[in-house]
Amino acid sequence: MIKKFDKKDEESGSGSNPFQHLEKSAVLQEARIFNETPINPRRCLHILTKIIYLLNQGEHFGTTEATEAFFAMTRLFQSNDQTLRRMCYLTIKEMANISEDVIIVTSSLTKDMTGKEDVYRGPAIRALCRITDTTMLQAIERYMKQAIVDKVPSVSSSALVSSLHMVKMSYDVVKRWVNEAQEAASSDNIMVQYHALGLLYHLRKNDRLAVTKMLNKFTKSGLKSPFAYCMLIRIASKLLDETEAGHDSPLFDFIESCLRNKNEMVVYEAASAIVHMPNCTARELAPAVSVLQLFCSSPKAALRYAAVRTLNKVAMKHPSAVTACNLDLENLITDSNRSIATLAITTLLKTGSESSVDRLMKQISSFVSEISDEFKVVVVQAISALCQKYPRKHSVMMNFLSNMLRDDGGFDYKRAIVDCIISIIEENPESKETGLAHLCEFIEDCEHTVLATKILHLLGKEGPRTPQPSKYIRFIFNRVVLESEAVRAAAVSALAKFGAQNDDLCFAFLDDEVRDRATFYMNVLQQKQKALNAAYIFNGLSVSIPGLEKSLHQYTLDPSEKPFDMKSVPLATTPITEQKTEIAPVATSKLPEKLAPSRQDIYQEQLAAVPEFQGLGPLFKSSEPVQLTEAETEYVVRCIKHTFARHMVFQFDCTNTLNDQLLQKLTASPTVSPVPATL
Amino acid sequence: SLSPILQSSVKAVFILDNDGNRLLSKYYDPEFYPSMKEQKNFEKNVFNKTHKADNEIAFLEGMTIVYKTSIDLFFYVVGSAQENELMLMSVLNCLFESLSQILKKNVERRCLLDNMEGVFLVVDEIIDGGVILESDPQQVLQKVNYRVRGESVIPNYQSCHFIY
Repeated sequence: MIKKFDKKDEESGSGSNPFQHLEKSAVLQEARIFNETPINPRRCLHILTKIIYLLNQGEHFGTTEATEAFFAMTRLFQSNDQTLRRMCYLTIKEMANISEDVIIVTSSLTKDMTGKEDVYRGPAIRALCRITDTTMLQAIERYMKQAIVDKVPSVSSSALVSSLHMVKMSYDVVKRWVNEAQEAASSDNIMVQYHALGLLYHLRKNDRLAVTKMLNKFTKSGLKSPFAYCMLIRIASKLLDETEAGHDSPLFDFIESCLRNKNEMVVYEAASAIVHMPNCTARELAPAVSVLQLFCSSPKAALRYAAVRTLNKVAMKHPSAVTACNLDLENLITDSNRSIATLAITTLLKTGSESSVDRLMKQISSFVSEISDEFKVVVVQAISALCQKYPRKHSVMMNFLSNMLRDDGGFDYKRAIVDCIISIIEENPESKETGLAHLCEFIEDCEHTVLATKILHLLGKEGPRTPQPSKYIRFIFNRVVLESEAVRAAAVSALAKFGAQNDDLCFAFLDDEVRDRATFYMNVLQQKQKALNAAYIFNGLSVSIPGLEKSLHQYTLDPSEKPFDMKSVPLATTPITEQKTEIAPVATSKLPEKLAPSRQDIYQEQLAAVPEFQGLGPLFKSSEPVQLTEAETEYVVRCIKHTFARHMVFQFDCTNTLNDQLLQKLTASPTVSPVPATL
Repeated sequence: SLSPILQSSVKAVFILDNDGNRLLSKYYDPEFYPSMKEQKNFEKNVFNKTHKADNEIAFLEGMTIVYKTSIDLFFYVVGSAQENELMLMSVLNCLFESLSQILKKNVERRCLLDNMEGVFLVVDEIIDGGVILESDPQQVLQKVNYRVRGESVIPNYQSCHFIY
């Protein structure tokens, strides 16, 4: 089927576009040859084509240049080249809105429409009606009437369709041509009949009686045109709907009879019309459904699509009517056209039994990523309906929905899923925790503020009432910290709801250890005492951790009224600075600079607490601790030098590394080597 | 809402090349993507969804789209979601068949562009302001009577009256 063109063609630039580098001003310049005589039809044709191509590509033409080009084009009417003339008509239509004074071509067009060249008449009429206003229309009225009943089908069709376009603007004029239109409606030509009936309908549509008469007349005399049949089916449906006539009217019979038309287009139109009628009984639906069922196995994708789309509609109100088609629908699940497959599955979900749900859901999940967003929304809606129908299946549904939520997709799609999950939660208390968990996961990485806030609101509403509300607080709290303003606001409101329900939930979201530390630190900070901060936050435990653990364990085994005594715990074997790093690694690594001055403050306070040092004044600088002994000795000593204005204080920290010995009465005896004063 | 009656059967028609570039397009409903920007955007979306699929019919942005490809060309006919899909197919088939004859079966980009006036005229004869004007490719060809590279498509046709 794919034709190979010879190398010569390829080399001449099969990838190139002769119109690609068109420049508007250059083309308009070229258009000047329209004024030359004799007219060169080939060249002029080519230039007109370029102008129309440019217009079609969205090139903007200013009024002046458009008008100039238009006027130049009118010169081309002097040529008798048919294609050139036809292109002139096309140009008139394309430039009608951008050029001024387009009505100058009226007389030329009128001449052509009434002339001898049949190939010109139809297109000339259409071009003329494009530029005509109501006043001008009256001037050509008799030509229009003649054209409508002309024996040349293209002339008649052109006149009828143009009249239709003018109904809105010039109803009173066109209305006068109803008899001609009526005559044309009896034409054997399938398009003329279609156009004539269409015009008649639009002229009479406000007169229900007239429309009914028209329908009765034409439904009885066999129509030739499948398009006309489709149109009459629609008109009949509209009438049935408006008059709320019962389904035993001749109008309904007509539509029903169309199910047996030999043209598929008509059959489908009739089936679709019946399906869309309100208050259809199962008996009335049956013939329409069986026709659609047949179409499901058509080789034409458009027909399969039309059929399954319509069956989907039926299944919404009358699922039992569609059950007969289940096998045919199953076959469509593997249709290469994913739209058809989706519609088939969603229809089956509406009509299938509870046992088929799992299998169908699995099949959809295999291709849901390939279908367009519009169809993804259709699938979600089907799932939503299914959940209401089979509440027991909510966990399968929920699972599926959460997977869809994780995949890529637009806002409408995600919103449909969220709404579906929310409605499942509302209908099924058992699904609440799962649903809320999925939604929590979603808001961790959700770009749509509207959805995030909606979910946070729901969490605030439903979360506190769950058995373990603390689960949700973490998710909400993260949103307070990380998101945009609107989301943070919603998150805070949600948290407030949790707090209102339950006083203890303040730190409830934290793990035990985290909670305990947080509570502890909060209490210390609330005291607002630097010494306490020093003791409990900055300076870590000076005792050996395994030793502490052991002592605490001893204490719990042997309960006593005395509080636990830290002094009973042996001191750490590792230097204090290292221990401090263990206990508060975050603080040290992140804020080393901030900590250094604080340490000095602490030293200042500690020294100030000693009465002998009170008269020394402010502490200038404290050195870093210097190790005076090796780490493995029985006791380790380190020294810190504090410099005051006129004094030096040497602080010796002695740490006993032996568990079973207690050091008492320590004294320091520094020896001072003579150092010449150099300052 | 009901399907349209005669009017507005076709919302748009366009022909794209295999890079998704517009070669020809007509939009017939002033309320359906009136601006060039919206049109080009729509065409891009439609192309993205269909050029690999080769599936004949799609539903996008609330519109039913029937389409056909040939070598390096893509033909699209767009109708409302309520329109009869077979009606849209008849328009597409008429368009494709008519062009196929005009281009002497070389329905590919270069040939199309070399005969662009014929293509414009064919489209003009099939749809007028959204109304289906003609559905029979033979009728379209007679009305257009386009000469491909100097040869008449229909031999000896000069001024023959239609007999019906």
